[in-house]
Amino acid sequence: MINIKKLASNGLIFENPTLRLVLGTCPTLALTTSAFSSFGMGIAVTFVLICSNAIISMLKNIIPKTIRIPAFILIIATFVTIVKLVLDKFMPDLYEVLGVYLPLIVVNCIILGRAESFASKKPVLDSAFDGLFMGLGFTLSLVTMGTIRELLGNGSIFGLAIWDPNVFSIGFFSSSAGAFFTYAIMIALFNYIVTKVQEKKALRGAK
Amino acid sequence: MGTLLLIALTATFINNFVVVQFLGICPFLGVSKDTKSAIGMGVAVTFVMTITCLVTYPIYTLILEPNGLAYLEVIVFIFVIAALVQMIESFLKKFSPTLYNAMGIYLPLITTNCAVLGVAELVIDAGTAEALGIIGSMGLLNSVAYGFFGGVGFLVSIVIMSGIREKITKKPFNKRLSGFPIAMLIATFIAMAFYVFSMISI
Repeated sequence: MINIKKLASNGLIFENPTLRLVLGTCPTLALTTSAFSSFGMGIAVTFVLICSNAIISMLKNIIPKTIRIPAFILIIATFVTIVKLVLDKFMPDLYEVLGVYLPLIVVNCIILGRAESFASKKPVLDSAFDGLFMGLGFTLSLVTMGTIRELLGNGSIFGLAIWDPNVFSIGFFSSSAGAFFTYAIMIALFNYIVTKVQEKKALRGAK
Repeated sequence: MGTLLLIALTATFINNFVVVQFLGICPFLGVSKDTKSAIGMGVAVTFVMTITCLVTYPIYTLILEPNGLAYLEVIVFIFVIAALVQMIESFLKKFSPTLYNAMGIYLPLITTNCAVLGVAELVIDAGTAEALGIIGSMGLLNSVAYGFFGGVGFLVSIVIMSGIREKITKKPFNKRLSGFPIAMLIATFIAMAFYVFSMISI
């Protein structure tokens, strides 16, 4: 029996890959200039995560221990190539925006990390759901960060103008320095909230 | 000569791999706690980036592209890089123990460094050549130079980062910010400093 609730709370909150484990930082910093590119990257990574987790879990008894890392990378690279070809053909706008970061999903530590620590030990369905929730955790954090940066830097969300950027906009948030700044504040805040929640839970448990 | 100078300036400062293009952030945050290991990591990355360009560029332009196999680039590149890193490691172990001792422990980490795969992808990208004012494709010499100076840019930023981090972690500060948040805040200031370079017009 798979424990979906636990997998979901792990992926989205307690082991959130972006904000708690701080993995896959390169696309997080580079693509959160707008909510649209964050969302695109998140979905691409989620797709690769679900597929590679499922396949690796299926093949876990066949792949020899000594060459497991190259085998994982081959599986991941295959799915990245699929995503790349599909986006190039059907969503050229998104393909253009993601640019060099699309092939770089291969070396995204989240995917290899989940393959090594989860999919290579657990059954197929668990692994697929783990991939889904880890991917959603990644997507949600990226979209939140992308929304903040796009709103403050450009006055819009998903390309829809909320206010006139000529009247009020902080260009800092669109720049590379703003990426580091927003990310730093988000990690600190999220960790603060999660530790508070955990403390409360522990207190309730003690009573 | 002019092109090489332009590549040196662009790859090292204006489009710095770490703080402007966000490639190789993991080692930038992970191996920057002291200056000595930061230098080791930086040198190892520069070395691997240069050799990667030297190998992947001909593979792409001479083998993959003419045969219509360009879509295999991701799979081929990651395997070439993994094999290269492994070869460099064994080679250094055998022929230059001093160099191996200096950067050997960082080499296995480099396979999954996005700066290395990133530079392999960037030198075959038409946009990079266009931004440098090169007509057509990059050419082998320019690609290798791009890889080398990209690595130098990584070295420069990771050394600055480790220098500040060494000093700042000795001081007491808010415990919520310790670890990654403070490292990112330091990176914010480095990125702001590098922003000045983007105003250089060549």
